[in-house]
Parts: sequence; structure tokens; C-alpha cells
Amino acid sequence: MSSQTNNSSHNTKVKTRGEKHYVMIYTRYERFWHWSQALLIFTLFYTGLGLHGTHDLLDFQTAVIIHTYGALALMVLWIFTTFWNFTTGQWRQYLFKEGVLKVIRFYAYGILVGEPHPYKKGLQRKQNALQSMAYMAFMVLIGPALWASGIIYLVYDLWSGHSWSADGLTLIAFIHTAAAFLMGTFVIIHIYMTTTGKTPSHYIKTMVTGYDNIELTEAEIAYIEETHAIAIKDEP
Amino acid sequence: MNRTGPKLFMCRGHNRHHGIKMHKQQYLLAAKSSIRASLWTLMLLLPHTIQSAEDHSRQAMDSDMNFRIVEDSGPSIRDDGESTADHSKFEILQKDFNNGPEVTEACLSCHTEAGRHFMQSIHWTWEYDHPSSGQKLGKKTLINTFCTNAKGNEGMCAQCHAGYGWKDENFDFSKQENIDCLVCHDRTGSYYKTPNSTGNKACSIMFEGKKPIDWSKVAQSVGKPGRENCGACHFYGGGGDGVKHGDLDSSLKRPNRELDVHMDAEGLNFACTTCHVTRQHIWAGSRYNVIAHDTEGLGLPGERRDVATCESCHSEAPHDYSSLVGIKLNGHTDKIACQTCHIPTIARGGVATMVDWDWRTAGKTRDGAGFKEKNYSQANGAHRATYKSIKGNFEYAENLVPHYDWFDGQMNYTTIETKFDPNQGPVEINGYQGSHNDGKSRIWPFKRMHTIQPYDKVNNTMVYMHLWGDDDDAYWGNYDFGRAIKVGMQKNSVPYSGEFDFVETYSFWPITHMVAPKEDAMGCADCHSKQGRLADLNGFYMPGRDSFGWLDILGYLALGGALLGVLLHALLRKIFSKKQSQGGAQ
Repeated sequence: MSSQTNNSSHNTKVKTRGEKHYVMIYTRYERFWHWSQALLIFTLFYTGLGLHGTHDLLDFQTAVIIHTYGALALMVLWIFTTFWNFTTGQWRQYLFKEGVLKVIRFYAYGILVGEPHPYKKGLQRKQNALQSMAYMAFMVLIGPALWASGIIYLVYDLWSGHSWSADGLTLIAFIHTAAAFLMGTFVIIHIYMTTTGKTPSHYIKTMVTGYDNIELTEAEIAYIEETHAIAIKDEP
Repeated sequence: MNRTGPKLFMCRGHNRHHGIKMHKQQYLLAAKSSIRASLWTLMLLLPHTIQSAEDHSRQAMDSDMNFRIVEDSGPSIRDDGESTADHSKFEILQKDFNNGPEVTEACLSCHTEAGRHFMQSIHWTWEYDHPSSGQKLGKKTLINTFCTNAKGNEGMCAQCHAGYGWKDENFDFSKQENIDCLVCHDRTGSYYKTPNSTGNKACSIMFEGKKPIDWSKVAQSVGKPGRENCGACHFYGGGGDGVKHGDLDSSLKRPNRELDVHMDAEGLNFACTTCHVTRQHIWAGSRYNVIAHDTEGLGLPGERRDVATCESCHSEAPHDYSSLVGIKLNGHTDKIACQTCHIPTIARGGVATMVDWDWRTAGKTRDGAGFKEKNYSQANGAHRATYKSIKGNFEYAENLVPHYDWFDGQMNYTTIETKFDPNQGPVEINGYQGSHNDGKSRIWPFKRMHTIQPYDKVNNTMVYMHLWGDDDDAYWGNYDFGRAIKVGMQKNSVPYSGEFDFVETYSFWPITHMVAPKEDAMGCADCHSKQGRLADLNGFYMPGRDSFGWLDILGYLALGGALLGVLLHALLRKIFSKKQSQGGAQ
């Protein structure tokens, strides 16, 4: 399967730049995480806006119930995912990578004039430098701001008796609201970015099936052939 | 004219007694029935006064002082099971009593300590020394926002004193036979009380059509009080049915479940004393010193005998802990009084409550006589006076949404001694205390009464008015504020500058009755919304009501900006890709 010849000019250095293969880059758990998280974030954002008074399409009680259960579910999901990230070592995907400015330049200009994407996806490099940075911010800033303030909000009754509870609630509500706005902004841009692949639906399809065309190093190919640890289908 | 049925305490024609000038007229029109007949004839003859019979009943000729019209004189049923004593079998009660005190003496011959106990009660003393504010309170001295003061007007007002004959300062508070046992313990429904003095000459006809009290019968029919016993006074506070409280009126004698889930005559059928538990004739549930937050909740086995709070039966966490909504509601009980959600509106039994009283317009006469207009028809069909010459203008409300605020249980009174600044807005005759961050207050519902009433404009104090009396100085007779205030102050030895004006006042009545069934309790969004019931309470964040001005602007800008940015980017991509493909084609 790995013997197919790729004619692309930049693909000649076989040792460092493998040929393109159709490989499962997002495992079943990753996809489950992504899509259930997406659903929960939409639910929480929608009900949250209702609770905030932005819209009144839901009655307050229903919104509180859905928002609370949604938040609990998301917290469970995040606990599992944190575990998954560390046990699989996938957390390294989110570390800082060089070349952020190149990626920014690409989206600001290159994409318009048909330049190739400056970043090559690989098995250990599933996200480009900008993505990694954005997801890292999501996971260490926006996410924690939301769940930390959310948990404190949720257990208001445990601290409502203190004299500072009114000020405390104001602060918590402020952080939670601000982080929610950031999350909303992130999601809008994130969804748009998924349309910037080869075709507008390419990335979305990848996130559904898990497979994408990526270059593999010889070592990776050898590893896959030896262990069958990663599903690989050549030619979609 | 609505003269059928037993009417308690009416006073007809007193308004014709209008100063000295009116005496003459009164003598001329001495025969009352003929007055009425002649007026009827006159009205029929004058074309502009030809009206429907209903309109007639709303017009002038009604009696003026009929503040308690009790159409339903049967007792409410109190199901305590059979008593261990049948009072009709007691020899001492099987005799012809001539008056109340004779009955009381008979009661006390067995209930030997009851007199001593009862004399400690506020129902007897009309006095209350507030333990924390140190204020001397009680009806005996307080100013109110209705007929302004009982002090000096006891001849009329002390009808609701649980005693016999308090008409002036000579009443003997140490004589046990002066206690009126029957007003609370008569279970026939036929007992009634009359004013202790006749008042103005024009008010001399009362109790028309009312059967004299059968003392032996009522003495032999005593029992624990029913709702109508307490209601005989408490339903009519402020001078009429439902006037003062809004959550206490005659509809509670036989309420249905929707009106009051506890007193529901076909259901739980609570008597007042089911909650207002007693210990030696002292009742729980003071409005002078309110337990606004009962953190003790349920008592140990047996009942708590010291409080009338919801928590004393329902605990501090009465909602179902197995549901999220229940947990959330239990989380509210530290900040929200039960009454706030469970009494969605007051005055919803068909009887209106008064919300506004303007004394300034009192004293108008027609053809030299006082009159009244009844332009408010309440849900039970009765017409309520919107103007009385003796009192001024009134406004009423039904299904009234209460006033809400933080309340720690402390009421602060403006007494006759309190100086105030009349330019600082309405004077709070009984203001409440509390705030969102004192750790003990909860949001309570109040009925707020707005009144415009006389005050001493030099000394900046409230005034006592001499309203009731058979003398020429009584306002209810001469319509002269100047004299009524002067004499009212003089009689009670309060300094008075001699100059009066009118000042706006508020009084606040914590709401606790007319608890609705749980399915009618308020929903979350009644408060958690931009224009909800708590929209006026400031200083704390409430989800659904509050937002952070600039954060919201920034947030919406960020969301909108992101949306706009990606649309723009998509558009540019489209334009450029077209150019490229065109370029490629060339």
C-alpha cells in the first residue's frame, strides 16, 4: 500500500516527507469528544444566552435545567478527555509550534491568491501552529474560566450565606459571561475555518470519518505496517 | 339602599350634623324614615337623578360607618373533634346574663387563671414595647395611615379591643370582668360588638335590624376560635373589609383551595390558631417584631409553640431534593421568603384592598350634608366607597401584585413623637428594615398603602385627630380638621403648633396569608427577567434580570465582529477564486 508513487514535486525527499496516505487521524474517541462537545457547547451557549436575557425563546426554568445538565455532562466529558489526552500523549498536539505567523499570513492573504498551506499535516502534527495555539487557549483559558466559574455558580447555595455572596455572585457571573462570549467568538471562527480546506466540506468530512490524506514518514509507514495500530486506507 | 340582612354598626345621617348650622336642619328632618321617603320622591322627580337601582345603591344615602357588614353570620366549621367539656351543661352558664361582664365572671369562675394570662396579651393591652428598637408601640398610641389614630377615638376604635367599655382614659385595665371572652370564643356566629360610645348625634342609629345578643346561648356555645372570630376584627382592619392588609378579608371565612390552600374550607380548613399557636393566651406571629427568617425550622417532636412561620411546619428546605428544580428552589429559601413565591397576588378572594387614601378631599358636602360615592365594584359584587365626606378619597386594588423588598423583621415606626422631614418623600409610618447583604434579610412581599394625611407642619410630627365623639369638636360631625387636630392633640397632651398641612405617608404590611396551591406559585421568570417583579431591587446580581453594560456590548461586538469577519473573508475568497479561474482560463 505504501509503494504508490506520488508525483508532487515537493514530495521527493522520501525520508522526511512521506507520500500522502488516507489515514485515520481522528480516532473514534476523539471524534466522539469533538462532536459531543460541539453539541453541548451549542446547547450551553443557546440556553446561556436565554438565561442572560439575550433572548426569551426558552422559559427560564427549562433553560436552567438544560444548562445545568449540559454543564454537568460537559464536565464529565472533559474529565474523560483530560484523562484520554494524557494517557495517549495526544496532549502534545497542543503544544506551541513554530510558524504561527506564516499560518496567519496564509489565512490573511495566501489563501486568497492560491498559495499552498504553509503547514503540512502529519500523524504527530494534526493541527497547524495557529490551531494548536487556539485550542490551547480554549483548553487552558476559556474552558477553565467557564467551568471554574460555572462550578462556583452551580454551588452558590454553599456560599450564599456569606456577607460577600452578593459581590461574589456578581464577579462569578461576570467571569462566566465574559468567557461565554469568548467561547461564542471562538466557535464562530472555528466553524468558518473548517470551510477553508480543499473543498468547503473537506475538514468537516474528516472530523466525521476520522480519515484524512496526510504524508507519512517511512518510519510511520513501517510502524503502521508492523502494528496495524492506525487504520489506513489508500485512495479515498 | 341595601338595607336587608343584619348589618353591623351603621351610622346613618350623621353627616347632616354639620356644625351648628346643621343642627337646625337636623331637627327639621327628625323623622328618619320620612327623610328617606322624601329623598326618594325627590330623586324620582328630578330627571337627572333617575338612575338604575344599582347606581342608587352606590350613591349617597348609604350609611356611613358600616365598616363591618357581615352577611354570613354562621360560624365557620372548626374540626377539632369533640371537646371534653360541653359548656351548655355547666350550671353557671345556665342563667340569664344581662351583659358581657356577667358572662366573663362566669367564665373566670372555672378558668381561674385565664384572666391573668389574657391581660398580658396585646389584644388586651394594645401596647407593645419593642425589644430591639425600644419603641413603645401598640394601637393604644400609634399613628396609622387609615383613620390615623385610635388614641382618643376609643369609643369607636376599641370595638376591636377584646374588652368591654373602653371609651376613654378611664377604662380600668385591671378589672378581669372587663375582658370580652366571647368575641373570640363564641361559636354561634351571632355575637357582635358595638362602639363603646355613641359618637356624634348623627351616628346614634346603629345595629338596625340586628337581633340583641342571646347571652346565655353564646355563653353556652363557646369553643376555640374560628376564622370568623379573629376575622371580626382582623378582616376589617383599617376601617373596612380587606382595607388594611390585602391578605386578610372576609373571603377567608370560607375560602376555597385557590384562595388559601391552608384555610380551604373544603380541604385543610385551618383555623387562624392552627398557625398562630398560643401559650397562655399569647399568640405567635407578631407584626411588630416579625420573624422574617426562621432558621430553626421544624421543631422537635410535638409542635413549636413560639412561631407562626411557614418553616415551623415545612422546614427550611421544603422542596423536593430529588429534582434539580427542587434543589434550586431550596437554594432560594435563605434569600426569598416563602410568601414571595407562594402568594402570587393578594386581595384575590373577591374583596378589594385599599391602596390609596387621600384625606385632603374629606369634608365636602352636598346640600349641606355629607355623602359618599361608591364607584368601585369588587369581584364579589359589592360596591366600595371611593369617596366619603368623613374620610376623603379612596382607591382600591384586587389581585394586587405586592411590593417586594429585603426585610430582616424589624419594623421602624413613625410615632407621634417622631420628627421627620416632609420634603424627604413619603413618611414611612411603619417602615421595614433590611438589605441584601446583611446576611439575615429575605425578600418579602408587602402590601404598601399610600395615604395623604394631616401633620403638624411646624413641628414636623404626625397628629392625633379627634374623629369620634358626641361633641362639636369631632371631625366626624363638623368636618373641621383644625379643631379635630387641636382637640386630638390637646386631649392626649401632645404639643401642637396649631398649624397643619397634609403629608404623604406609606405603611407596609408584610404579606403572609392567601397562600396559593403550589401549582399556582410564581415561576422563575416572574423574577428572573428584565421587567420582572424584582426589577426595582438594586445592589445585587440576579440571573436573567441583570447584565453588565459594557461587557455585553463588548461581547456582542466580538460575536458580531467574528461573524462579520468570516463573512467578509468568505466573500474575498470567492472573489479571488473567480479571478484565478478566469485568469487560468485565459
